[in-house]
Amino acid sequence: MATKHRYERPMIKRLESNMPNKFGMRTEFEPVTHIEGVAVSQLAEDYGSPLFVISERKIRKLYQAAKQSFESRYPRVQFAWSYKTNYLTAVCNVFHQEGSWAEVVSGFEYDKAINNGIDGTKIIFNGPDKSEDDLRKAVTNNSLIHIDHLDELYMLQEIARETKQRPKVAIRVNMDTGIYPMWDRFGFNYENGQAWDALNKIMFGGQMDLVGLHTHIGTFMLSPNAYAIAASKLANLAQRVQQKYGHEVKYIDMGGGFSSRNTLKGAYLPGVDTNPTIDDFAEAITSALMNSEYRPKTPPLLILETGRALIDEAGYMISSVIANKRLSDGRRSTILDAGVNLLFTSFWYDHKITPAQEFTSYTEDTVLYGPLCMNIDVVRENISMPLLNKGDKVVIHHVGAYNMTQWMQFITLRPKVVMIDPEGKPHIIRNNESMDTIENLEQIPDHLAHFEL
Amino acid sequence: MKIKNNIAVSDNGFVFNPGSGESYTANQVGLDMLNMLRKGEKSAAIISFIAEKYEADPAVIEKDLNDFSETLKQYHLSQHEEL
Amino acid sequence: MKNSKPQLTIAVSGLNAIDSPGPGVAVIRALREAKAFDCRIIGLAYESLEPGIYMHDLIEKTYHIPYPSAGTDALMKRMAYINEKENIDVVIPNFDAELYSFIKLKPKFEQLGIYSFLPTMDQFESRQKINLPEFGKKYGINVPQSKAVYTPGEINKLEQEYGWPLVVKGKYYDAILAYNPEQAKSAYQKISAKWGLPIIVQEFVHGTEYNVTGLGDGNGNTIAAVPMRKQYITDKGKAWGGITITDPKALALTTHFLQRTQWRGAFELELMKDKEGRYFLLEINPRIPAWIYLAVGVGQNIPEALTKLALGIPTEAFTTYEAGKMFIRYAWDMIVDLKEFEQISTNGEL
Repeated sequence: MATKHRYERPMIKRLESNMPNKFGMRTEFEPVTHIEGVAVSQLAEDYGSPLFVISERKIRKLYQAAKQSFESRYPRVQFAWSYKTNYLTAVCNVFHQEGSWAEVVSGFEYDKAINNGIDGTKIIFNGPDKSEDDLRKAVTNNSLIHIDHLDELYMLQEIARETKQRPKVAIRVNMDTGIYPMWDRFGFNYENGQAWDALNKIMFGGQMDLVGLHTHIGTFMLSPNAYAIAASKLANLAQRVQQKYGHEVKYIDMGGGFSSRNTLKGAYLPGVDTNPTIDDFAEAITSALMNSEYRPKTPPLLILETGRALIDEAGYMISSVIANKRLSDGRRSTILDAGVNLLFTSFWYDHKITPAQEFTSYTEDTVLYGPLCMNIDVVRENISMPLLNKGDKVVIHHVGAYNMTQWMQFITLRPKVVMIDPEGKPHIIRNNESMDTIENLEQIPDHLAHFEL
Repeated sequence: MKIKNNIAVSDNGFVFNPGSGESYTANQVGLDMLNMLRKGEKSAAIISFIAEKYEADPAVIEKDLNDFSETLKQYHLSQHEEL
Repeated sequence: MKNSKPQLTIAVSGLNAIDSPGPGVAVIRALREAKAFDCRIIGLAYESLEPGIYMHDLIEKTYHIPYPSAGTDALMKRMAYINEKENIDVVIPNFDAELYSFIKLKPKFEQLGIYSFLPTMDQFESRQKINLPEFGKKYGINVPQSKAVYTPGEINKLEQEYGWPLVVKGKYYDAILAYNPEQAKSAYQKISAKWGLPIIVQEFVHGTEYNVTGLGDGNGNTIAAVPMRKQYITDKGKAWGGITITDPKALALTTHFLQRTQWRGAFELELMKDKEGRYFLLEINPRIPAWIYLAVGVGQNIPEALTKLALGIPTEAFTTYEAGKMFIRYAWDMIVDLKEFEQISTNGEL
């Protein structure tokens, strides 16, 4: 008996008689049918669609490669996992097993790190919003507190006086590294002397231990050279502290912001080809430190709060085609069951999206919409996609960073997150939300408990 | 719907409209449908032929055929607008 | 009598010989006239209407290749497929947007036995518009003052320094001449909407424009250099006619540029000579220009020399050329059978 052919929706398209311009956006596809050896269709069947999938093997690989990159160039390196990037406990613990400390930016994240079993001395506490309670806790635990502004500095001095404890502190420094925008809303400015002022206040105050210097110059940085500038400016501050006070800071924390392999919106060439690698950043930072005038007895520990570059590629989203339709201008649009509610990063990136089943070479320019009833719910504005049928699966790539912390519970419930272990076995690491998850938090005043229609 | 008589369709899915000078390319399912439409086959016959040849639900094929016909109309490959 | 010259298979892109022409067809004419070798030409095209595809007396066979935006993996796969069929010796990419990928893939292509002679990635990046002031400083070459700006407000600060008019440029492409703050602001909006930030604001140098095409061997030596003055410019700013000139200063600047940068590969320098006779370097195109056949016509077959360098064949430097020769461009209507268009469109090969 003859087997039937695979059905693909009928397509006819006009051969564009355009001349090649410099900006063509044709994309070539290969189906991604398996993630870490597990069939996409099986994952969707077992755990539902949409579904976040994280590869544990990939995280470890990215981490080890980054560590190797820095350690082969500089003697003392420490990574601190940036909780905000992805604070699912299973994810944090993979990093902690690999040797990462924790880098947190709020009281919530601080408590999460403590709950995960991190020793207080290995928590770096960043961010502009640390409450007095947060600070007391961090001081008692000997955590590394990175001061963001003078009000915080004064509050810490107050706590130190009152509790007779010596907070371990660093200041966050912002600076001109030749990139735009300059993140001068966080920390103390280098060029106008604020940073030097703050350091003097700490040293003169004598109530706190100045253990480090911190900066975080931006996000999704494409210029390794900006990090070289930042590292030499921090080294310069360290040197001035050493000269004036004979005091050596124990570490220099270069923050995060390394780009991942994603393609920023508006970029012509894919990020996989053009974005700097961790090696490029490592080379820039370590050379700048070693070439600086700062010559302490012990070279400072180099701390890196790398988030995105260590997790983005390990995260996948499986999504299904809900419907195909044609827009009024004749363009094809496809509605997926995952939108900006789950993929916050589609506001920033042109995510790579591949079908999870075989298809022919025919493609159609398509708008990919999410399932929300909002006009801004667009996953890709214009992508040349093979012909997908209702129910077909796609894999959205490089979604490990920020999506699982910035996702919204808007008109629907958040899906499961699955981690595939190095042996290829999937584990649920966060369950899908249910009506109870949401309603358990609600309370109804008596007079609103009943109504008649 | 009827397809214009002078439309040339080759076996590999290349479609040429000598009236307008436009060329098009169609995938296999599109080519099958187009060829049947040219012969003047009715929707029901087309749907059952496609359902026989391909692994697909007739309801899906019907919806796709409608959409496909809509596209042919937009491309001025059907005879309707000449009436 | 059998020809004893080696037979090379050379892949060439940029076959769009249209009003904003790609250099491919001119490069192929030059290769066909090479003294050192005979060649089979494989065309690499992005679209089905690139005229070169249909010039069968110049090109043996043409293949579609994926757009640069598809990434280097897709290009690598396609080139491996083409190479399997055609056994390419040398590839000459001629398209601005594809150079990044070809430079990046150079070592991988070499593993397949496909050689090229392109600038290093550092050289390619250092001559980007945004890096031009740095480039000028580093190599001691006059360049117009310019600055990358991120807000329209910054332009106002620059007007005192640069005066009017100003050239408002996109990071990679586009340039608009603005004569007053309103025009500058509108140019800023227009270009930033298309190409993003930063916008480059450049001092306008009044004077006469000259172009030099040439070839550097990567060790600081000048293999070829031919200066040209545009005589007729289309509304797209492309030369439709030009004449070779004797210009010791432009040649000296070219030699200096090659020595200092150790430039590898072909290039085109866009120069501006001001009223005082000073030369400013406006732009460096890291590839062969579309008017390359003029250089061949006056005695410097740059594509041939480039092919030899790619294959490691010793190549003597050209030292002379004929000044006062002109090129006049001409558009030509070919008659093409629809079958051919159908074939390249549906199979990606012709």
